[in-house]
Amino acid sequence: MLETNQLLRFTTAGSVDDGKSTLIGRLLYDSKSIFEDQLEAVETTSRRKGFDGVDLALFTDGLKDEREQGITIDVAYRYFTTPKRKFIIADTPGHIQYTRNMVTGASTANAAIILVDARNGVIEQTRRHSFIASLLHIPHLIVCINKMDLVDYDEKAYSRVIDQFEEFSSKMMVKDIRFIPISALNGDNVVNRSENMPWFQDAPLLHTLETMHISSDINKVDTRMPVQTVIRPQSEEFRDFRGFAGRIASGILRVGEEVLVLPSGFSSRIKEITTFEGSLDEAYAPMSVVVSLEDDIDISRGDMIVRSNNVPEMSQDVTLMLCWLHNNPAKPRAKYIIRHTTNEQRAVIKEIIHKININTLERNTEDKTLNMNDISKVKIRTTRPLMIDSYRDNRATGSVILIDESTNETVAAGMII
Amino acid sequence: MSKYYLNYLDELESEAIFVLREVWAQFENPVILFSGGKDSIVITHLAKKAFYPAKIPFALMHVDTGHNFPETIKFRDDLVKDLGVKLIVGCVQKSIDQGRVAEEKGKNATRNTLQITTLLDAIEEHNVDCAIGGGRRDEEKARAKERFFSHRDDFGQWDPKNQRPELWNLFNGNHFQGEHFRAFPISNWTEMDVWNYVQREKIEIPTLYFAHERKVIWRNESWIPISEYLQLQETDEVVVKKIRFRTLGDITITGGIESEADTVEKIAMEVSAMRKTERGNRSDDKRSETAMEDRKRQGYF
Repeated sequence: MLETNQLLRFTTAGSVDDGKSTLIGRLLYDSKSIFEDQLEAVETTSRRKGFDGVDLALFTDGLKDEREQGITIDVAYRYFTTPKRKFIIADTPGHIQYTRNMVTGASTANAAIILVDARNGVIEQTRRHSFIASLLHIPHLIVCINKMDLVDYDEKAYSRVIDQFEEFSSKMMVKDIRFIPISALNGDNVVNRSENMPWFQDAPLLHTLETMHISSDINKVDTRMPVQTVIRPQSEEFRDFRGFAGRIASGILRVGEEVLVLPSGFSSRIKEITTFEGSLDEAYAPMSVVVSLEDDIDISRGDMIVRSNNVPEMSQDVTLMLCWLHNNPAKPRAKYIIRHTTNEQRAVIKEIIHKININTLERNTEDKTLNMNDISKVKIRTTRPLMIDSYRDNRATGSVILIDESTNETVAAGMII
Repeated sequence: MSKYYLNYLDELESEAIFVLREVWAQFENPVILFSGGKDSIVITHLAKKAFYPAKIPFALMHVDTGHNFPETIKFRDDLVKDLGVKLIVGCVQKSIDQGRVAEEKGKNATRNTLQITTLLDAIEEHNVDCAIGGGRRDEEKARAKERFFSHRDDFGQWDPKNQRPELWNLFNGNHFQGEHFRAFPISNWTEMDVWNYVQREKIEIPTLYFAHERKVIWRNESWIPISEYLQLQETDEVVVKKIRFRTLGDITITGGIESEADTVEKIAMEVSAMRKTERGNRSDDKRSETAMEDRKRQGYF
């Protein structure tokens, strides 16, 4: 691998029989990321199940229950590398708890692959998956029209999906959508260009993943560094050192620049950006650094260092799109722990504005419950102000999770509007 | 603006450092599980970077099966001295002597499963609320489902079907008394990434990883080193081979591969051309299709 190679995270979504596992198996297999012992194990199982050849879908099998029931229960992560990039796949199940799992997989993804069966075209689940991809603001969407071998590699099946897609995607906010006709089973347009579809001139899937521009996926304009912890060496050599450790969420920090510390509002200048390798003149997202300031200001975990002329909103009242992730529905007036960047407060759900029917995208203002997999627009109030940006502008400072105080479990994920 | 992006290794490093700092901030008494293998050495190196210029704020915890490569123990002790951190050792032999666990019998007997009890006992005895491990999701199919912050109940058990969803970089380490967490900062790394990182950072690793001559027998499809703990069968043929180890664990079950790679550069090249997974040489994973998942559910690393 080259020094300059980047990391691309993508998620895959499709309904049960769209061939998602086969596609992942194909990517791993054709990019030579499958090892001999894994192949042998899968060949043995394929034979036992009476499969003719290798069942590529078996490469993504995981837990005992999943193997027994032939389904995927939870998000699984897969890895492969090509000479151009390293890839992380968040492989999310097609049916059980699809919303919860897809939201999880999508939260860190640069790209989403949405599978459509060429025979069926865009169906309800396609709309649902595309809506979640748009809600989670995945920068790049790749619609793979799969099973082209079953429609005689006919261009019409491909064009039909594009037409159907454009009809409803105008309501969504995805910057970059591409369409690729493939056969995961036979490998057409996955890694290698298909000889069966000379009418398709664009790049196959893997080449698209290898070359799409992802450097701009992270916000480099609005400088935000949530403080994780304070570093005080208490050694002879660094007696007076007091540094603030954190991962830069967005933007760029430069030595000498004036910064503001929130929520206190004190301003100072960056004295030093310290790393194990030595001091830096500037650092940018998503680097993990230690920053020290010219002035002695009281700063602790949960505070945020920002640039003086570009600050987030400070508010106790937050409107967000909330996805409920837990079997137990939301309790009316209950307080939850809210985690936003490195800040932890308590919050109460004040108002459920509407619930979105993710199949029709219609709003329901009557139903005031929050159940597992529901996506709703809500208003919350926190005990102290949060330093927020809209999720659309800044994924890192626009996202929150809610934790149930009585069970400590993560019950909801929210995107700030 | 094009220069403002990280390459894949820098991004993985930054993510791991973020996770280590979250562990430090969210838990009272975290430790690094240190096996002497390359993954736990990389974790320790990352911890050094995460808290610089302060020293590593975690103790190292080693679960000692009693069946060690002597090289591993020396490496561990040198590292602990160099870093100035505390070392906690949990001894499987002690668990056996106390009757907490019983030794397996037969030619393929190992102390692998016995480590679970010793590990959980050590976690309880030292009030550890988070044990940081070098587990990676590419290693094994059950590990592919692991979270960065992975909850363990008050019996130390993992419930893979009922895990907390983990979104963005918001890690929920909230827990009740008696429960603990496992944290996996290098979840997203592959074996190749680890070697590329060891090479780039010039991290010192035990000599066992480099090709060397050793007395071995051929068992379970790999070269098992001769040691005082290995029960030889009449049919076993002891030979001298130039081998190296891809993983380091209990000496009785860690198999080597034939290799000429005697530098990190050569190892990285060898690994990139490798056609078998690294755990393919671990007989502990070959016992059944779900051997790792079964052990992990009980509280294994």
